[in-house]
Amino acid sequence: MYRIEFNRLRFLVIDDNAHMRRIVRTLLHGYGAREVYEAEDGAAGLEAFTSYTPDIVITDWAMPIFDGLELTSMIRQPGANANPYVPIIMLTGHSEKRRVIEARDSGVTEFLCKPISARALYQRILNVVVNPRPFIKTKTFFGPDRRRNVNPNYVGPERRKGGKAEVIKAQPLLEKLRAPT
Amino acid sequence: MSKSKSDETVTAFPDHDVIVPRKNLKSFAQKVSADESEFDWEAIERAEAALNELSPEFDGWMVSECDRLEAARKLLTAGGLSKGTTQVLFRAAHDIKGEGATFGFPLAARIADSLCRLVFHTPKPAALPLDLIDSHVAAIRAVVRENVRGDDDPIACEVADHLRALTDSFLRDQHRDDPEWLAEYGTPSIVPE
Repeated sequence: MYRIEFNRLRFLVIDDNAHMRRIVRTLLHGYGAREVYEAEDGAAGLEAFTSYTPDIVITDWAMPIFDGLELTSMIRQPGANANPYVPIIMLTGHSEKRRVIEARDSGVTEFLCKPISARALYQRILNVVVNPRPFIKTKTFFGPDRRRNVNPNYVGPERRKGGKAEVIKAQPLLEKLRAPT
Repeated sequence: MSKSKSDETVTAFPDHDVIVPRKNLKSFAQKVSADESEFDWEAIERAEAALNELSPEFDGWMVSECDRLEAARKLLTAGGLSKGTTQVLFRAAHDIKGEGATFGFPLAARIADSLCRLVFHTPKPAALPLDLIDSHVAAIRAVVRENVRGDDDPIACEVADHLRALTDSFLRDQHRDDPEWLAEYGTPSIVPE
């Protein structure tokens, strides 16, 4: 078991709904966090991110001015701010698979679907603290590695060139069909 | 080939770089027992207790969210059916969808989910059925007024199911010439309940 030193971590909570900000703040203080900053929309969030340099950002998706997705893209600009690698937890009412993929592709580290619970938020924080993922930079993406693990059963073309995973050979479907079961 | 900068190690591949930031948050965690998957239940229980202390506020917050939803509905009449006014309604419904269960009204959240679906997937704001929106808003208000807690009240469940069925039927009709939409959203979810 890991014990997180919440009292040393600095959080930034961005949500346009004051009730939800209060709930998240209450949970974080309950875990033991002392430094919790708030912002009520994406623009104020970006400003607070620059001012407070939080260790972890927790953001809503649907917000006025610019939303959590746009905010994430702005934070994940290499060289544009002090810490483009900051863990970003997206806390949202959106639950469709398409939305989760969209959030992941914008550079979100963890996705947490509302309704929020003390356990679910803790689990996401634990993950970003204890299991940091490397960042991947391509022409079209910059963010935490979207591959959380190497699937030993994967067969198919390798989409990254030169990476370790390239040694995985695709098994032709015909061979697979002929293989004894 | 790996290159070390002051704050990151970069390994370059033909079409991507793998970057390991020097700074991570591992130093903020201490391993206190061998089972790495076990949670720090004390911290979670403290947070639950803190949320419980806050819970007397929830009824008042839920009422104010309903007021906000009704105001957003009135804006559709006063301001007309536009992208801007429907966005205000969507955000109000979306917040109830996300918070309703936390505040003790999971069925209000379920009805709000149906309203979000209706507003989000109706192709043009002008096509939004105001009577169906009104039914959703009234049902959410009724769940809160009648203090319907939990998710098994038979009448509220029937109302929620009926509103969802009406929403789905309306949307299928709106998208009848859009096979892509029908394939993705027009069929029942395969996610187990």
